[in-house]
Amino acid sequence: MPIKALTGNEAMAEAMRQINPDVVAAYPITPATEVVQLFAQFVADGKVDTEFVAVESEHSALSACIGAAAAGGRVMTSTASQGLALMHEMLYIASGLRLPMVICEVNRSMSAPINIHCDHSDTMGSRESGWIQIFSEDSQEAYDSVIQAIRISEQAFLPCMVSLDGFIISHCMQGINELTDTEVQEFIGEHKTPYSLLMDGHPFTIGALDLQDYFFEHKRAQIEAMENVLPIIKSVGKEFSKRTKRGYGFFEEYMLGDADICLIALGSCAGTAKVAIQELRDKGIKAGLLKLRVMRPFPYKEIVSALFNIKAIAVLDRSTSMSTMGGPVFIELRSALYDNPVHPLMVNYIYGLGGRDIFPRDIVEVGQKLENIKRTGKIEKMIDYIGVRE
Amino acid sequence: MEVVSTIFPYTAWNVPYIHSAFENSAATISGVEAAYKAFKKKGKIKKKLNFIAFGGDGGTYDIGFQSLSGAMERGHDILYVCYDNEVYMNTGIQRSSATPMGAHTTTSPAGRVIPGKTQFRKDLTEIMTAHDIPYVAQAAPSHWLDLTRKVEKALSIKGPTFINILSPCPLGWRYPPSQTIEISKLAVESRFWPLYEVENGKHKLTYKPKKEVSMEDWMKLQGRFRHLFTGKNKNVIKDCQKQVDRKWEKLWTLQS
Amino acid sequence: MTKPGWRDLAIGAILEKGGTALEFKTGDWRTYKPIWSQEKCTSCLFCFIYCPDFCIEIEDGKMIGINYDYCKGCGICKEICPKQAIEMILERR
Repeated sequence: MPIKALTGNEAMAEAMRQINPDVVAAYPITPATEVVQLFAQFVADGKVDTEFVAVESEHSALSACIGAAAAGGRVMTSTASQGLALMHEMLYIASGLRLPMVICEVNRSMSAPINIHCDHSDTMGSRESGWIQIFSEDSQEAYDSVIQAIRISEQAFLPCMVSLDGFIISHCMQGINELTDTEVQEFIGEHKTPYSLLMDGHPFTIGALDLQDYFFEHKRAQIEAMENVLPIIKSVGKEFSKRTKRGYGFFEEYMLGDADICLIALGSCAGTAKVAIQELRDKGIKAGLLKLRVMRPFPYKEIVSALFNIKAIAVLDRSTSMSTMGGPVFIELRSALYDNPVHPLMVNYIYGLGGRDIFPRDIVEVGQKLENIKRTGKIEKMIDYIGVRE
Repeated sequence: MEVVSTIFPYTAWNVPYIHSAFENSAATISGVEAAYKAFKKKGKIKKKLNFIAFGGDGGTYDIGFQSLSGAMERGHDILYVCYDNEVYMNTGIQRSSATPMGAHTTTSPAGRVIPGKTQFRKDLTEIMTAHDIPYVAQAAPSHWLDLTRKVEKALSIKGPTFINILSPCPLGWRYPPSQTIEISKLAVESRFWPLYEVENGKHKLTYKPKKEVSMEDWMKLQGRFRHLFTGKNKNVIKDCQKQVDRKWEKLWTLQS
Repeated sequence: MTKPGWRDLAIGAILEKGGTALEFKTGDWRTYKPIWSQEKCTSCLFCFIYCPDFCIEIEDGKMIGINYDYCKGCGICKEICPKQAIEMILERR
């Protein structure tokens, strides 16, 4: 297994090269531009057989992906932030038509004010669009997840986005354990569709007008398909770990076994949190981390059972929701815990908006506060902000 | 198109068909055509297939304009057909950039101070010509032989082709449905809608109007222009005539 | 007719069979009905080419009638006919 020093963008582009999709339709946007231009170079150098469609917008990028997927192609694209927002209309159409495809997504804040740096508001803003959403802590995870996403998406007949944190990961060099091209091809197998626009002798109609008497049934089936994604992610992850010894589930538990307080994080912050957990342990605080990988579908049953012995939880959200009830992970997790006989104390920390750095010392402080909440049973502030000037 | 032709569980199409959104048929078919090319390269498909996208004037001149321009510039092997009924009829008679000056629509209503749409229509056929694609044509249902010949020609040409078809609309233009072909004929005869094609940059009139039909003759048959025939609004008709004459002269020069 | 439940529908609201709109009859939208006179008709087939709903029935190049299942009574055929072989009457149901 070759090891290469790659940035997050390079790692995702490399995975795309090895997947060798039939069609890639994409439009550049900071900080995901590199993925698109590296892939264009692979096409220019004949390293892939892909038809690369250099479209005039992200809306057209996803529209072309939808056309290509409906034609039976294995399809990929890449985007970030405003680009994902411009795709928003088409996200729902891709999932509603049950078309497999993969977006290599680079997390970046949503304008305004305009900002090119990392937070999760773009990905979280499309969390109800019917896409499977997988977050990555680092480039290795992103590389591995992109390859798995092809299998997951094609098996579930649902589109999937794999995201990594803009600049922090996308532009940061890391040693990547790569699979060989043959191994990737063996793993993803051939793309098979039960129907396609190009199937000879079958005049399929895709995208009919679906009114009051059928729409609800089609949506119900789509929800069911989303429920069926969890076992697919599990089995694909298991198979992947057989080849690579890198196991992937819905989340990673870090020192959670004997912990009585827990931090929840996703993306690159999980790496920082691991350092902080060590420090908290040194201080005698029994802290653990649950690093969420799969945001959609939300693996609520599994999370709840992993948190069974936890007395106090701090959720670190790198985006917020304008409900004023906290960030998206916080809100969903609180709802997931509602049926538990014993409710852990829960606080939410919004951090890192627009690329504001978060340091181990910030998370250590969160851990100490959480320890205090556990001891006193008192929450002073349910929702708080890390690193914002008053 | 999906609204009239594919109401689940029925479809009027006996060929593979996809509708994804309103404004992106050009981008969607780009993807289908790209997949076809990929499969052809890999030997998975051998057959020659035609790729045709349809849009109304709303989805083509306006909200889908960027998507169309992009697809044409990229050179996909597709035919794009615009059914231009000069108004948004999906939502019910709202102005588009294809709506002629003076027409009453629900978003350019004729009122006490404003006599309907105050702008000339956008000349999309010429904008497509400016894309320097191998074939662009304008057609009308009244001249069906001319229309079918243009479609056949467009499909025989490799690369992006575009046909703009005038589609008279009884409800939006306010005339009895039985008059559809007559209205289309007079649009051509009045030189409002010249029948021509542009092959590899060369303009050619495919029909030379025989009768002297003025804009007024054409407009008076349609209720959407009724308000122009009273008082000071008559000037609008003159302006429309001037514009049509000017464009006709330009086209005449280009083709000769 | 009982409609299928969500488990029984094809994936992604796809329609697997083409041309099924033939089962959806639209003739009852009609107010006026075209009546064809075989005597006057010369089978020039202008009506066939201009009918927006393909309702002019032909056999061996000759007009044989009008398909009222889909005819919406627009009257284009009457207008276009050079021999006045079609007249429109108010339809009573």
